[in-house]
Amino acid sequence: MPSFLKEFFKRNGVGMGSVMLGLVLFWTIGLIILPQLSMLDFSFRPNLPPPEIGGPKDVYTLENYKYLIYGPEGGSQDYNAVDLRVFFRTLVAAVCVTVFNLILCYPIAYYLAQTKGNHIRIFALMLIIPYWINEILRAFALRIIFGETGVLNNLLVGMGLFDTPFDFIRNDIALYAGLGYAYILLMIFPIYNVIESLDRNQIEAARDMGASWPMIHRRVVIPYAKPGISSGCTMVFMLSAGALAAPQILGGPSSLWFTQLIYQQFNDNSDWPQGAAYAVVLLVTCILLVLAIMRLFKVNMGDIGK
Amino acid sequence: MSAGVGVDLENLWIRFGDFVAVRDANVKINGGDFFSFLGPSGCGKTTILRAVSGFLEPSEGNVLIGGNNMRGIGPNKRPTALIFQNLALFPLMKIWENITFSMEIKGASAKERRKRADELLDMIALPGQGDKLPSELSGGQRQRVAIARALCAEPDVLLLDEPLSALDLKLRQHMRTELREIQQRVGITFIYITHDQGEALTMSDNIAVMKAGVIDQIADGKTIYNDPATAFAASFVGENNVFRGKVQQVMGDEAMIRTNRSGDLVARISSANRGKLKVGDDAMMFIRPEAFSLAPQGATGDHFVTAKVNHEEFEGNVFNIFMEGEGGKELKVSIPNLGQSFEDHTGQNITLEYETQNAVVVPAGELAAE
Repeated sequence: MPSFLKEFFKRNGVGMGSVMLGLVLFWTIGLIILPQLSMLDFSFRPNLPPPEIGGPKDVYTLENYKYLIYGPEGGSQDYNAVDLRVFFRTLVAAVCVTVFNLILCYPIAYYLAQTKGNHIRIFALMLIIPYWINEILRAFALRIIFGETGVLNNLLVGMGLFDTPFDFIRNDIALYAGLGYAYILLMIFPIYNVIESLDRNQIEAARDMGASWPMIHRRVVIPYAKPGISSGCTMVFMLSAGALAAPQILGGPSSLWFTQLIYQQFNDNSDWPQGAAYAVVLLVTCILLVLAIMRLFKVNMGDIGK
Repeated sequence: MSAGVGVDLENLWIRFGDFVAVRDANVKINGGDFFSFLGPSGCGKTTILRAVSGFLEPSEGNVLIGGNNMRGIGPNKRPTALIFQNLALFPLMKIWENITFSMEIKGASAKERRKRADELLDMIALPGQGDKLPSELSGGQRQRVAIARALCAEPDVLLLDEPLSALDLKLRQHMRTELREIQQRVGITFIYITHDQGEALTMSDNIAVMKAGVIDQIADGKTIYNDPATAFAASFVGENNVFRGKVQQVMGDEAMIRTNRSGDLVARISSANRGKLKVGDDAMMFIRPEAFSLAPQGATGDHFVTAKVNHEEFEGNVFNIFMEGEGGKELKVSIPNLGQSFEDHTGQNITLEYETQNAVVVPAGELAAE
């Protein structure tokens, strides 16, 4: 038995230790790893009617993955341009949402963490309360605001800024706003957590030495907040790329999110293997992207858990 | 070295809501001085430091640095550098980056900064440690890095907020000497905040004794120790025995005090109170433990004190005798150990003698808490 396990059992007792260990293993293996492996297995099988499952035709194949790249066999195009475009657009949009959220949330998190007083608690509460309302309602609320006859258009046209209503939905502005709004807390709180533990004296010391505010943030606060920033960015990126409700409700008619394609495969086409292949591609790509960016900004995996 | 840049506080008031943190402070700090603000925690000394560094605007009055009024000038624009109580080194920057952060702000090249860092590291006796992180250094080393970082900005005035309080006793005593040496070498004005009278006395050219937002006395250490202006200054700086009473008679620079327990005693009136103390005033007389000597049993007069011995202890360089004193406080007497024989007096009455010039009278006032 490795020493950390021995230590763990010594501290918690064999009974309690086994229960805790069992729950954690059930959580990670039973609820996450095994279903994902089953999904992976699906993605390499052909879509067969139930009687043929396990039959001679049920062999491992790469055709579901080929479909994403090359499209249907004998199709008119060399590549599956439609789905690939949706795939890359989703990734780019998720990156944009993440960056936008970071720019928006960093100052809020900094303010919350470095200011004292009761109004901060009220401020934090006002950030949290909207999350008591379910995701679908929040998305529809944004639709009411951004719709063609919505609040925002009435206001802008009424003020004479626009002659005709601006189509926020077709231009994806509603979608980005909705996604940004949905995950704002997941960006604020990790950053807030880290900055809260930053010694105020360090900021004052930098200021005392003549540093400007941008300089203080660049050299003192942001390096310190990096674990929180990366943890927030990872969550927002992963969840944006994997979001379904917001794109469904707020997306323009012509702009699909990759998750919507996955949903269609599972639900409308009843093609689980194809859906699984799409989902696996999305998952693996997102993980690789996150790891690459962490590498670029020299963030360790251990920092994320801070 | 230049004569240094002086700092003046003129009618300085600092309020937080209804609370008055600093009350009408008037201080003149000479350029090149090592000046200490000494007082118990919460007396407003750190508030004064923050007003000088620019992190706090005074409610009233002015801070002058080199004769220039600093009102409205932010901490990043003042010719001061502050050393924080917890040092506030940047944990993610290497030592050399920490030290030269002020140069980085001004856009100096990495090569220039590295060179300056090496010079300063030599000065603080940490050569070759530039590539370490603050967490890899010991407390005393970090202390020196904080000093180097502050000096790198070439400030006119260095402000130190109890920077030694986190160190252990030995290191603290060593750093006192070192700080004083550095100050004399660079020749700039040091303003030092401390609640430790030993630090203030050993390092400072001048000391301001503070209590609850008020400056009681400004003088050099010897004067404050020997000639305190107030009861607080007398009781806060060094050990002291207090005798309460009323002024019975004033004879030039001396006064006869009718004490509650020890009869009429004569003492020197502290210089700040000469001509002010009148017959009938409530007064306090202070005599240091080391100012007493043993007198023949039962001797009486205006410079003899007789009391019962509670207990005694041997401290090495001195014998301490603790006797029944006033208001539940013990009267402490320290007799130097010169190899003489020393009998145990516990439970007996003994008589002590002092020289009038070693006892000092001030108006009755608040004493420092133990």
